[in-house]
Formats: sequence, structure tokens, C-alpha cells
Amino acid sequence: MQSKPIVLSILDVVSIIVLGVAAYLALVFAPTELVMGDVQRVFYFHVGTAWVGLLGFILAAIAGIAYLTTKDMKWDRFEVAAVEVSTMFFFITIVLGSIWARPVWNTWWTWDPRLTTAAVTELIYIAYFMLRQGIEDPEKRARFGAVYTLLGGLSAPITFMVIRLFRTIHPVVIGSQSAEAQGGFSMTTDMRTAFFFSLFAFTIIFIDLIWHRIRLGRLQDKVEELKLNLSL
Amino acid sequence: MEITPDTSGYMIAGYIITFLTMCIYVFSIYRRNKNLKQDLETLKSLDTKKTKKK
Repeated sequence: MQSKPIVLSILDVVSIIVLGVAAYLALVFAPTELVMGDVQRVFYFHVGTAWVGLLGFILAAIAGIAYLTTKDMKWDRFEVAAVEVSTMFFFITIVLGSIWARPVWNTWWTWDPRLTTAAVTELIYIAYFMLRQGIEDPEKRARFGAVYTLLGGLSAPITFMVIRLFRTIHPVVIGSQSAEAQGGFSMTTDMRTAFFFSLFAFTIIFIDLIWHRIRLGRLQDKVEELKLNLSL
Repeated sequence: MEITPDTSGYMIAGYIITFLTMCIYVFSIYRRNKNLKQDLETLKSLDTKKTKKK
């Protein structure tokens, strides 16, 4: 097993620091939104986690294409890492959205186009792991996984664009929103600072976690290979 | 003048769930890594024994 790279150790520390700063900016530095109150503060982490969640699903689709063209297992490891980390972040996005919706929309959940596509996306990637669990042959598993993430990757831009294309009650942060939207607000300069720093912080944390997950995948492959050698 | 509602309970719940989920995930990576390292050591020693027998 290779020892942990120094850059990764530094990234671990940086991730903890930026997470702390992002939390400070969201909870203390940013002003309280007058109509919604403190619950609006979940917005900073809601968008931050959504950004890395959808980014990871797209990166996984690209890794899927790379695997199918090169047959190099490193792309399969990257794909699994991207999907796993993004599924975790996207779960947080959905939960935070639901918590925000309770006082603002007066409901925990509604089958609005954005919420529906987000839920479908999350379920698609949970099913991805079930699919992989069911396939023993590593090459077949990687091939099926690549095709799956390639098709599943379509759900990420759909989820992003749905609030810009359909009538929805979900507010739009950047761009024009539907007249039906409820809970939208204009960001002040301090709110923008907290918002953009949160996007930056979650990008750093995302890279850090992906790196750790890729190393774990490498170790898994080694164990699998040794098991195969011993059984022969 | 409109009074800002007290929705801090929802905010606290949201942040607790966020940090808890991330902590559980980081712990799961640590745990899986530890278990795999143990498996690797066991398999390596079995492999050495097998080679010696040959």
C-alpha cells in the first residue's frame, strides 16, 4: 500500500479549514433574510452540495466514456469515487431543501419538477451501486457501470435546467425564474460572499474525498486480485 | 412592519444533518480502508505460505 501523499494530507487540512470558514460565513457573517428568517442560511450549503453533486455525476459520465474507450481500470475507480461522493452530497442537498421548504412552502415535500428530477437522480445513482454489487467479473462490472453512468449522467443537466425550462415553485438563484416561484430573494454583497465561498469550499472538499475514495478503490482492486490468485 | 419568523430550529437541524452525514461518510472511508488493509495483510501471508509449500 502506497503511503499517503503529502499533498493529500495538506488537502485534508485545507478542507477542514474551508468547511469551517464556509460555516462561519453562512451562519454568522451573512445577514438574516427578513422574510424567511434563519432557515434561509441552509441555502449556502444546499447550493454548494448540489453543485458538487451534479458535477460529480457529469464527471462520472466522462470517466465512463474514458473507460469504454481505453479499458483502463483507473477510469472505473474514478467513476465509482465520483458517483459515491456525489450521491452523498446530493443526499444532503435534498434533505436541506426539504428542511427549507417546511417553513417557506409549508410542506416537507412536493412533486415539483425540480424536486422530482432531483429525487430521480439520487435514486438512479443508488441503483448504480446495486447494479455493481450484482456483477462479479470486474471487467463486466466496469463496462456496465460505464454505460450506466453515461446514461445516468443525462439526469444532471436535466435537474439543473428544469427550473429554467418549466413552471416551478423552486426559486432560481442565477437567471430568471418562473412567476410561480416561492421563496426567492435578492442576495446582498455579504450573502454573495458566503454563497461563492461555499461553492469554493465544497469543491475543495469534493476533490479531497474523491482522492481518498480513489485510493480506497485501488486497495479494493489489490485485495480482489490477491483473492483471485489464491483461489487459482 | 413584518416580523421575521423564528426558523432557527430548521436551520440548526439542517446543519446538524449536513455535518453528521459528512462525518459518517468520512468514517466509512476510514473503516473500509482499515478493513481492506487487514485483508491485504492476511492474503499476503497466505500467499507467502502457498509459495513456500510449492
